[in-house]
Amino acid sequence: MPINYYIFLALALFSIGIVGVLTRRNAIIIFMCIELMLNAVNLLLVAFSKMHYLKNAAADAMTTAGTDGQLFVFFIMVVAAAEVSVGLAIIVMMYRNIHSVDINFLNRLKH
Amino acid sequence: MQNVLQIVYLIPLLPLIGFLVNGLGRKHLSKSMISVIGCGTILASFVLSIWVFLQVKGGNTHVADYFNFISVGALKIPFALQIDQLSSLFLLIITGVGFLIHVYSTSYMQEEKTEHFGRYFAYLNLFIFSMLLLVMGANFVIMFIGWEGVGLCSYLLIGYWFKKQDYNKAANKAFIMNRIGDLAFLIAIFWLIAKVGSVSYTEVFSAANLAKLKATDITIITLLLFIGATGKSAQIPLYTWLPDAMAGPTPVSALIHAATMVTAGIYMIARSNLLYSMSHITMDIITYVGLATALLAATIALKQNDIKKVLAYSTVSQLGFMFLALGCGAYTAAVFHVMTHAFFKALMFLGSGSVIHAMGGEQDIRNMGGLSKKLKITFITFLIGCIAIAGIPPFSGFFSKDAILLSAFEKSPVLYGIALFTALLTAFYMFRLLFITFTGKFRGTQEQEHHLHESPVSMTVPLIILAVLSIIGGFVGIPEVFMHGGDKLGEFLSPVIASHDGHKVSHSTEYMLMGLSTGLVIIMIIFAWIKFKNYQRSEATGFGKVLENKWYVDELYESIIVNPLNKLGSFFSSIFEKSVLDDMVNGVGKMVNYGSRQMRLLQSGQVGNYVLLMVVSMVIIFVIQFFLRK
Amino acid sequence: MNITQILFWFLSVVAIFSALMVITSKNPVYSVLWLIATFFAISGHYILLNAQFLAIVNIIVYAGAIMVLFLFVIMLMNLNKETEPQKNRWLKMAGAVAGGCLLLVLVAALKDTDIKQQQALVNEGNIGLIKNLGKELFTKYVVPFEISSILFLSAMVGAVVIGKKE
Repeated sequence: MPINYYIFLALALFSIGIVGVLTRRNAIIIFMCIELMLNAVNLLLVAFSKMHYLKNAAADAMTTAGTDGQLFVFFIMVVAAAEVSVGLAIIVMMYRNIHSVDINFLNRLKH
Repeated sequence: MQNVLQIVYLIPLLPLIGFLVNGLGRKHLSKSMISVIGCGTILASFVLSIWVFLQVKGGNTHVADYFNFISVGALKIPFALQIDQLSSLFLLIITGVGFLIHVYSTSYMQEEKTEHFGRYFAYLNLFIFSMLLLVMGANFVIMFIGWEGVGLCSYLLIGYWFKKQDYNKAANKAFIMNRIGDLAFLIAIFWLIAKVGSVSYTEVFSAANLAKLKATDITIITLLLFIGATGKSAQIPLYTWLPDAMAGPTPVSALIHAATMVTAGIYMIARSNLLYSMSHITMDIITYVGLATALLAATIALKQNDIKKVLAYSTVSQLGFMFLALGCGAYTAAVFHVMTHAFFKALMFLGSGSVIHAMGGEQDIRNMGGLSKKLKITFITFLIGCIAIAGIPPFSGFFSKDAILLSAFEKSPVLYGIALFTALLTAFYMFRLLFITFTGKFRGTQEQEHHLHESPVSMTVPLIILAVLSIIGGFVGIPEVFMHGGDKLGEFLSPVIASHDGHKVSHSTEYMLMGLSTGLVIIMIIFAWIKFKNYQRSEATGFGKVLENKWYVDELYESIIVNPLNKLGSFFSSIFEKSVLDDMVNGVGKMVNYGSRQMRLLQSGQVGNYVLLMVVSMVIIFVIQFFLRK
Repeated sequence: MNITQILFWFLSVVAIFSALMVITSKNPVYSVLWLIATFFAISGHYILLNAQFLAIVNIIVYAGAIMVLFLFVIMLMNLNKETEPQKNRWLKMAGAVAGGCLLLVLVAALKDTDIKQQQALVNEGNIGLIKNLGKELFTKYVVPFEISSILFLSAMVGAVVIGKKE
């Protein structure tokens, strides 16, 4: 597959994530949009990894080029999982305190 | 015998050690310890210098390269010491006269507190160190380090009695005047680096490099170096600091402001004589500046009443003579005069110190008189100094002054006439000083008369040694007419100083000139004797008043340089600062204040807004990048 | 158009459609479900790229663990109502326009890159296999791997500390 297609697909998913972050007020949905953006990046990384592999495989059939990219995806998932656990805990605490997950109530930064 | 010259670094190092020990331990050491350390290090340097001198005399010259001092790109400036005929001669003068003056100082400064006594000797040692570095350096940068070092020590020692505001002002004046010259010196070094790519003597003066330089470059470099020399060696227009520098202790005046530091300019020009010989414009300028300084200072000296001021102006005048010699191409004569002058001027300064010591700090010669009875040794040695400086054969001053006058005559009889006139003035004012001080009746107070005494041995012995040197010092440069091959000094210096092209005047003319000058000098002395043997104080009038006020040069500088600068400064501080700078500074503050008040509205505290702004900024950045790439 | 291409287009359309549904659904629970669909589509892409390990991990970790966590939170806090008050219309519009602009700019910027001639290898290549990745992970990347376990531990502690009742 041309790498271009993957790039545009990932861009589309990423931009949808951004639009979601900008338009929604529900903290949980915003959080999910962030996950969506992370996945867009993951997809692109895997696509690049395979592109890299293809480029090197022509010279050396046993090459392991591109493995790094997939491992990065793995680590991103690890970090995302940790992030979700902490983030959701924060949202729970926030709900407990102000009985809402609307980020517009979270304007404490001003004061 | 190369290994002897390997340890030359000890010569400057010893005074430096002395400086550190005395400077750091001044609160803990006793006076005698300080004296021993201060004098001992110099004595050791002196002994080493003699040794080195003998080596050099045997034909050994040496450039000792110690480490890379500055290394920038292709430019390498090593920390190197050069031992050759010229520097070894200066080494002898500096350490020899320096040692005598150190010994003299031990009693002269005896009344100081131990702490200040230590400070004094520390400075003196530091001075010797810097001066040695100046003459031993193998390139202009090392010379410049020493050059600045002696300037610093001069400043510190002039302001030694720092509790008196006037002395501090004199110290500042000396320092600032020197800075003007130093700047020119520095520019000359940069110019050399730019044009030659090196500052070491051997490379700069190599024939190939000299041929590479354009005539204008040489003229500019030599002129800048000369301006540097006018600062350090007190020539017109930067000479006014030297008379004020007499605020320092008398031995300091003897060492720094008569015998050694002020001759640094002569040394520099003599060192670069190859460059100077290539620029006739500079040579002419040096000649005229030197002659003008000699004449001006001599006329001022006629009417001064402070014993040290007379000697100071005499020093300026003698330095003028040396520059005259340099300008005429008689480098050897100039160096010769540096040497003899170091002897007799140090002698006279120390003699005046002895007088001041006996008079309990009095410096005005109008309050002295008839001291010859009480201060026999001082009187006799002072008399010897006067005869030497006046130039009566066979005293040392005769030979060196004669060499200078002769070189002036070769250049032009008019120059000779003026120089001879100046020499006569010299004889006159020196003997005026001698007669007013030592003959006639005592004019001071009863108390002072009672206090009069001959100085202690440690002060008179240096006087006697210097007196002997003043008598015999001239014999190293006996002119050709008297004795074939008598000019030992010229012979010795010939490897470093291009000898000027032989004597053009016939022997009979030379005899006639000598006879003329000697005869006139003796007439002058007799004239001074008649006029001043029974001196009565009287107010100066008319032209004498102008001379007494030093031609009003200080006032002239005050009104054309200092006052306008002060006015400009007050203009800037009262008007420019208040209305322009303050408004500018306050305006910036106000603008930031207003701007931040507006910007604060952006901080809504809503996370959504922040994210939106972030995305918009990203888009803008991408767009900018996109267009920039095209 | 071979089967691979058909699959690629199909999965892409599913992914984008589900992603759009995530941000447009009123009910958070539907959003979560659509997001799971998106993740499945992306996992499908991984399989298409022969990155089998990542495909499985993506389903287990994301679609499984993380999204279940989301669902839990929504259910526990009883948020599964269309309670979200409407945001300022203009702000919403501005957000959509800004996002659209970003997409536009990025597409425009990346449209003419040299990289577009490159191909990504689909269906073949064994670097995405567990054997290969595991070898690399436990040799070259063993230190980051271990550090990530510490990260997990601290995240766990953090979640507990934040989430517990005072």
